[in-house]
Amino acid sequence: MRRLAGWPGAAASGLVLALVLAPLGAVLWRAGGAGWPEPADWAALRFTLWQAALSALLSAALAIPVARALARRRFPGRDLLVLVLGAPFILPVIVAILGLIAVFGRSGLLNAALGPLGLPPLPIYGWHGVVLAHVFFNMPLAVRLILQGWLAIPAERFRLAASLNAPVWRLLEVPMLARVLPGTLAVIFLICLTSFAVALTLGGGPRATTVELAIYQALRFDVDFGRAVTLALIQVALCASGAALVQRARLPDAFGAGLGRSVQRWDGGHVLDALVLGLAMLFLLSPMTMIAWRGAPGLLHLPPEVWGAALRSLLVALAATALTLALALPIALWGRSLGTFAALLPLATSGLVTGTGLFLLVHPLIAPRLVALPVTVLVNAAMALPFAWRALAPAIEAAEAGHGRLADSMGLRGWTRLRWLLLPALARPLGFAAGLAAALSAGDLGVIALFAAGDQATLPLMMARLMQAYRMEAAAGAALLLIALSLGLFWLFDKGGRRAAA
Amino acid sequence: MHRTIAGLALGLIAGPALAQDSASQTLTVYAPDYFAFESGPGPAIKQAFEAECGCTLDYVLGEVVPQILLEGDRTEADIVIGIDSTQAAQARGTGLFAPHGVDAAALTLPIGWEDETFLPFDWSYLAFVYDTEAVDNPPTSFAELIARDDLSIAIQDPRSSVSGLSLALWMDTVFDDAEQAWADLAPQIVTVTPGWSESYGLFLDGEVDMVLSYTTSPAYQRMAENDDTVAAAIFDEGHYMTIELAAQVAGTDNPELAQQFMDFIVTPQFQSMIPTANWSYPAALPREDWPEGFRELPIPDSAIWHDEETAAERRDPAIEAFRSGMTR
Amino acid sequence: MLQLEDLVLAQGDFRLQADLAVPGGGRVAVLGPSGGGKSTLLAAIAGFIAPQRGRILWQGRDLAPLAPGARPVSMLFQDGNLFPHLTIERNLVLALDPRGRLTPERRARIEAALARVGLAGFGPRRPSALSGGQQSRAALARALLSERDLVLLDEPFAALGPGLRAEMLDLVTEVLGAAGRTILMVTHAPDDALRLGDLALVVDEGRAAAPTGVEALLRDPPPGLRNYLGH
Repeated sequence: MRRLAGWPGAAASGLVLALVLAPLGAVLWRAGGAGWPEPADWAALRFTLWQAALSALLSAALAIPVARALARRRFPGRDLLVLVLGAPFILPVIVAILGLIAVFGRSGLLNAALGPLGLPPLPIYGWHGVVLAHVFFNMPLAVRLILQGWLAIPAERFRLAASLNAPVWRLLEVPMLARVLPGTLAVIFLICLTSFAVALTLGGGPRATTVELAIYQALRFDVDFGRAVTLALIQVALCASGAALVQRARLPDAFGAGLGRSVQRWDGGHVLDALVLGLAMLFLLSPMTMIAWRGAPGLLHLPPEVWGAALRSLLVALAATALTLALALPIALWGRSLGTFAALLPLATSGLVTGTGLFLLVHPLIAPRLVALPVTVLVNAAMALPFAWRALAPAIEAAEAGHGRLADSMGLRGWTRLRWLLLPALARPLGFAAGLAAALSAGDLGVIALFAAGDQATLPLMMARLMQAYRMEAAAGAALLLIALSLGLFWLFDKGGRRAAA
Repeated sequence: MHRTIAGLALGLIAGPALAQDSASQTLTVYAPDYFAFESGPGPAIKQAFEAECGCTLDYVLGEVVPQILLEGDRTEADIVIGIDSTQAAQARGTGLFAPHGVDAAALTLPIGWEDETFLPFDWSYLAFVYDTEAVDNPPTSFAELIARDDLSIAIQDPRSSVSGLSLALWMDTVFDDAEQAWADLAPQIVTVTPGWSESYGLFLDGEVDMVLSYTTSPAYQRMAENDDTVAAAIFDEGHYMTIELAAQVAGTDNPELAQQFMDFIVTPQFQSMIPTANWSYPAALPREDWPEGFRELPIPDSAIWHDEETAAERRDPAIEAFRSGMTR
Repeated sequence: MLQLEDLVLAQGDFRLQADLAVPGGGRVAVLGPSGGGKSTLLAAIAGFIAPQRGRILWQGRDLAPLAPGARPVSMLFQDGNLFPHLTIERNLVLALDPRGRLTPERRARIEAALARVGLAGFGPRRPSALSGGQQSRAALARALLSERDLVLLDEPFAALGPGLRAEMLDLVTEVLGAAGRTILMVTHAPDDALRLGDLALVVDEGRAAAPTGVEALLRDPPPGLRNYLGH
């Protein structure tokens, strides 16, 4: 029984596959084939796996107490905290790194506090810096995923456990964690596999070279297409295995789900929970506060071209968002495994290889800088696709499971089904997915850097240029503007979705 | 010399920097960001050249060597400026360039220059610069730097920046066992950044005592920032010399204009804009015409210079020594 | 008339046979133990399960080629009978026009149907603003509007209290029965069957028996039903 036409989903999937595979093919063709990895490439592979595993473990381990405290406490500001937990994931990476250095760098807040105590400074450069940044980005995601598990435990069970005076932890929480943790670990592991900007900035040397960073070095300095392709293929294989792990482990639904409730319980630990939440807030908020603190003075002295760049970023983000939804929605509605593959593939691909491949494809036809912005929109949309798809697919499944038969019995098909059954049920996840796509796109340095143009720079590129020209105050101001743009876009879209759903 | 190779950003191949009035003829010049960005010499050079030629000069910003390697013979460039001498062999390998056609007698480099394709326009020595208020007994040799565990330094990655690559070649020349030297230096290295600007930024922020830069960097601190506290440590073993080159593209649509620009490079007008905007030594200007701040800079006793074949030949072993020494 | 001709339904290991007829306008309570196949029988008539063998005929016409939405069937499920994100009015108009266009004429018909089930003026509300009983009434109003002759009720009132359930059953008889609809209703409770007050059929041990008078059936239940009723 065909309820919706399949061709839009098939077409969108085909488009995504072409967008990802054609550039890879172009680079492969230009290289004349891929070589066998060198020892340095194997070292990069080992480090990539190791840092991703460690980042996932630490993020999840630290997230457990935070999620538990959030699950069992109701206090003023709790909603704000849940909101803050959403921020790091959509924070532009280069901005977040700036904030992390301001707090954890050698002359940052933490070491300034340690110094008078006679403690040696903590280093931020090296693998520990890479892992620290990954924990900053992903621990909140882990909290949201695990909190979801906690809130899924029915309140009656806590009441039952309390009346029996039974150990809640062993009886209810350990089994829940055993169910939720594998998926949480797998998804963070997957996200950290393609880490680039973090390793580039905080890696601090050849020891901390990820595969994506090695691709960058091969492409941008050596211009060694063969090696870049070899590394890109390693990365695809790596991430495909990672994605298989995620599928197997059944990811809990953290994207867009409501986390507003807390469960009433009768076990103690108030002080511990307050401590845990306080530390988590400090860890997450201090880098963001430092960005605001350092950026506010710069905001007044922004070079005029920064505003143009901000406008360009806004337009790129909006166009990429529209395109992301136009791809994600038909693919999610299609529900075929080819669609799932296409939607997840961008997670595994190197943005640099895609960008370079597009450059090679476009160059014979037209001056690449003339299409810098459209190409950026295209690649940003592809990069946001996996997340948008993840937000939509479960909601579609839920809507079909809940009211699919009713819709069938009333003969709702095609556009009518979309209009009356699916779109209204999707308002919230659509808003969330749009917010995510807009924020990720606005904050992404991305391929614009490959094609880019002096007079077409986006805000992240402008910020990077200001940093290179060592105009740190203006760069900090641009960073603040960029954060405001990213978070603001997310908030607006998410809010819009919630309002439409209400 | 303001090196901004491979920024914190991804590599920056960039588009036209400045206005695009389409005059009768347009000369397209590929130039590094640091050269063509507002704080570099690019804008003034554009203005001066446009006044002379009655044409339009457009910069395309980015890393010039990767860019032309990527574009091959479809490149739009008429002129490529800012090719580092350590990358000259790679650039020459494209076969894109025509002879520069300029009389080498105008050059004032400390070494002789006979290459007919690449024309030097500035040069400097690689050096570790330090904060004179934080370091009161700077090392006087590379061997001493390696032994000095009390110093913290920031360097650039040889796999993503020419200054980093130059350092690897420098150590490859100075030490018999470069890999061991890297292993000995590793504890002092706080971080290896992808490009020059990040390292130098860390140094200015006080995150490190010393940074890999150029002997001409203190001139910038003194003249532009009015800061007397930065100096270059001069090493007994000699300093690696780096020269920046320009070349004209053989397939240009504007051969006369391109030649006119090549000739312009060695004029005093062009050369006098180099020191205080690119913060390096001009390649065709007698020392007595340098700004005072540059004449005062201490000069290393001996220069280490690799011609492009040597640089290309030693490149892979030097990078491998860095990689294995640092990961030991 | 609804005819199940030599029908065999299979789901995994479970098999259900039926060979029976329900007279047009009949109100049939479908009785039997849990897991006996009552819901399976309704799902097959509605078109959600394809028979392994046999035919389902309505007024002599084979329903097999028709998708669920094209069958002359209105179905009320155990839950989820209204789209939660649409107003009652929007929910109901879908019974008149699958494309959901509201015209003044349709509005009037919806309002009349709502009035008929005691929900006058509830059109603009969302289902979440209605009580469980009110939601059931709204679903009945939709079945009334849809003008499909066969109404299948798969325990839609199971979650309601006894008083409210009796009220709903009266409404079914009063509104749908009076409109001449043929009704099949799955239920566990003999009282509900009596309340529906016409026929009953027993589904047990892989067989659906032909419908008989409900009072006679309950007075002298067959062995399977007797066990189930606890006599």
